[in-house]
Amino acid sequence: MVEAKFLKPDTLALHAGQHPDPVTGARAVPIYQTTSYVFRDVDHAASLFNLEVGGHIYSRISNPTVAVFEERVAALEEGSGALGVSSGQAALHIAIATLMGAGGHIVASTSLYGGTRNMLGLTLPRFGITTTFINPRDHDGFAKAIRPETRLVLGETVGNPGGEVLDIPVIADIAHKAKIPLMIDNTFASPVLCRPLTLGADIVFHSATKFIGGHGVAIGGVIVEGGRFDWEGSAKFPTLTEPYAGYHGIDFAEEFGPHAFIMRARTEGVRDFGSCMAPQTAFYLLQGLETLPLRMARHVENARKVIGFLKDNPAVERIASPELPDHPDHALGQKLLPKGTGSIFSFDIKGGREAGRRFIERLRLFSHLANVGDAKSLVIHPASTTHAQLDAAALKEAGIGEGMIRLSVGLEDPADLLDDLGQALRAAVKA
Amino acid sequence: MKLTVNGRTIFATTGGTDFDPAKPAVVFLHGAGFDRTAWRLQTRWFAHHGRSVLAVDFPAHGWSDGPALENIAAMADWTAALIEAAGLKQAALVGHSMGALVAMETAARFPDEVRGLGLCGVAAEMPVHPEMLESAKANTLKVQELMTFWGMGNALHKGGMVSPGLWLRRESLAVLSANQPGVIHADLAACNVYKDALACAAAIKCPTVLVLGDGDLMTPAAKAKPLAAAIAGARTVVIPNSGHFMIVERPDETLEALKSSV
Repeated sequence: MVEAKFLKPDTLALHAGQHPDPVTGARAVPIYQTTSYVFRDVDHAASLFNLEVGGHIYSRISNPTVAVFEERVAALEEGSGALGVSSGQAALHIAIATLMGAGGHIVASTSLYGGTRNMLGLTLPRFGITTTFINPRDHDGFAKAIRPETRLVLGETVGNPGGEVLDIPVIADIAHKAKIPLMIDNTFASPVLCRPLTLGADIVFHSATKFIGGHGVAIGGVIVEGGRFDWEGSAKFPTLTEPYAGYHGIDFAEEFGPHAFIMRARTEGVRDFGSCMAPQTAFYLLQGLETLPLRMARHVENARKVIGFLKDNPAVERIASPELPDHPDHALGQKLLPKGTGSIFSFDIKGGREAGRRFIERLRLFSHLANVGDAKSLVIHPASTTHAQLDAAALKEAGIGEGMIRLSVGLEDPADLLDDLGQALRAAVKA
Repeated sequence: MKLTVNGRTIFATTGGTDFDPAKPAVVFLHGAGFDRTAWRLQTRWFAHHGRSVLAVDFPAHGWSDGPALENIAAMADWTAALIEAAGLKQAALVGHSMGALVAMETAARFPDEVRGLGLCGVAAEMPVHPEMLESAKANTLKVQELMTFWGMGNALHKGGMVSPGLWLRRESLAVLSANQPGVIHADLAACNVYKDALACAAAIKCPTVLVLGDGDLMTPAAKAKPLAAAIAGARTVVIPNSGHFMIVERPDETLEALKSSV
C-alpha cells in the first residue's frame, strides 16, 4: 500500500516556504530589508513587470521575507496561495476590492469583529458596496439574502464575542449554489484548530496580529485562496475573468487558474492600494508561526480550565463559549473544531456594566487592552471598546450584553490565572 | 481562445496576447490530469517574445469539451488537427509528461507540422503505479495525492516557489480535483500502455531539448537517456533541485532550456 507522505502541519509551521540561505547558510529566515531588487538585464525587468517570470520587483508587491510567511500560511491553511498585507482589516479590504466594485453586495454573519462590521456596514456603502447581515445560525436567511448582485458570503469561524460557530460546510453550499464564494475570517481558530478551505470555504483571511503572531508585537494580515472556486463558471467576477488593462489584457482565471484570485489581489490590490506587509513584520509573524501548534494547544487547555473555574463561580451570570455543552453551537464546534474552539470567549458578570468595570480594574495578570490571541492573557469590555460603534439594537443582535467581559486566555500557569480571576471577581461583586 | 477541433470546442490560452498565426507558433501540451495553467509563465514569456502561443486544454481538461482522448496516438492526431484548426502550417511543441509523449508522437508522424520539440519530464516509458490506476478508476482522492506527492521534487515539499506566496501542493490538488470522473484514469492509462516512444524518437528530425528534473520520481532523468540517444541532435538539460513539475517548480530554468529550441 503506497501513500502520499506529505509533511504534516507541525513540520510545515517550521519549514514551509523556506530553505536555508544558499549563500550565507542562514537557518532563520533572513529579513530582506530592501525596497527593490536589481534586474539582471532590461528583458528580465520587462518580463518581471509583465508576469512572464517569477520574482520580486518592489516590496509593495512582494518581498522574499514576506513570501516565506505567505507560503507558510498557505501551507497551513491548505490554500493554493497567500498574500501578506499590513493588517487584518487590509486583508478584508483587499479581498473585497478584488472581488467587486460599486454595486456589489455581501451577505455577512452578524457575529463579526467590530471593525469588520464597521467596514461593511458604515464604510463600504460610501463606495457603493452594501452588506446584508444575517444571524450565523439562520441558514435560510443566508440563502434568502443572496441577490443577483451578491458577490461574497462572509463569516467568522468562531464569532466574536458570542462564540458562534459558523456551519462552514452548510454556508459554503448555500454560497456555491448561487455561484459565489464563501470567505472566512479564521483569526480566532487559526489553521491549527480549523482549516475552512478544507470544509468548503473558498477564501480565508486572518488578522495575523493575533494567534499567528502570538506575541503582540506586530500588526499584519493575510489572505489565502483555496484554488477551487470556478470563477469562469460563475461569470460574476469580471476582475478575474475578463481582460485587465493593468497588465495588457491579462485574464487571471484563464492564465493563472487556481491562483487567479490571489494573483489579482497582489498585482492590483497591494500594488494600487499599497497596504503591504513590511519584511520586519513578516519576520516577527514567522517566529509566531513556528510555535503556533504548540501555543494553540496550550491556549485551548488553559481556556478550558478558566471556563471550568468561571462556570462554578457565583459572580458569573453566563458564559458564552462553544466549549460548554449549553452553548447552542457546542456540537457544531466539536465537529468543525475537534481540537478545541480557541481561547477567546466572553462572560457576563453579575452587576452589569459597573461590576464589569470593577472586575477589569482589579485584574493583575490579565491585561486590559484591545487585542486577542496574545501569549499573555487579555481582557476587554466589548460594549465600550471593540463594538462601541454599535447601537443598543445592533449590540443585542450581535449578542453583546452591557456587562459582557471578553477574555483571551494566554499561556500563563493556569493556577495563576484562576487566582487572578478569583480575586477580581470577589472584588467586583463585593462593592 | 476557443477553437473547434474535430467538431468539438477546445480552449487554449494565448499567453496574454492576440494569437497571430503569422508568427512562429508554440503549442504547449500539459500532463495527465492537469491543464493549460501549468504553463502560465512560459506561455506569457514566449507570447511576448515573438511567438504565437497556444497552451491548450486537452479534451475534457480545463475549459475544453470532452470526451477525453484514450491513447497517445489519438492525442497526437488531435494535436495535428489542432495545428490545422489554428491556421498554422507548423508549430513547435512543448509537452510535459503525457504531453511530452504526445509531442514526440506528433513530431514522428507529422514531421512537416512540427518545427521543434521541448520535452519536459519525459521518459522512454511511463509505467503508472497500479494503486494510482486503481484509485483513478475508482475516482478516489488517493491518485490526486500520489500524483502530487511524487510529482513534486523533494525541495518543493517545503515550498520555495519562485512566484511569491504560491503553494504548489494545493495548486496541484486543486487542478487535479477539477477533473470529471474518468479523465485522470484515461490519461494515466494512456501513459501506462504507451510503448512507442523510442520508435518515435528515432523518427524525430526537428531540434529537440529534453528538460529533466534531477529529483524527478515519476520520470527519473536516467530513464530519459535512451530517448535522448535516439533523437538526432537532442540536447538534454537536467535542472537541479527539481522534481517532475519542473515547469512550475523551476520555471526560469525550464524557460531557459526551452528558448533555443522553440
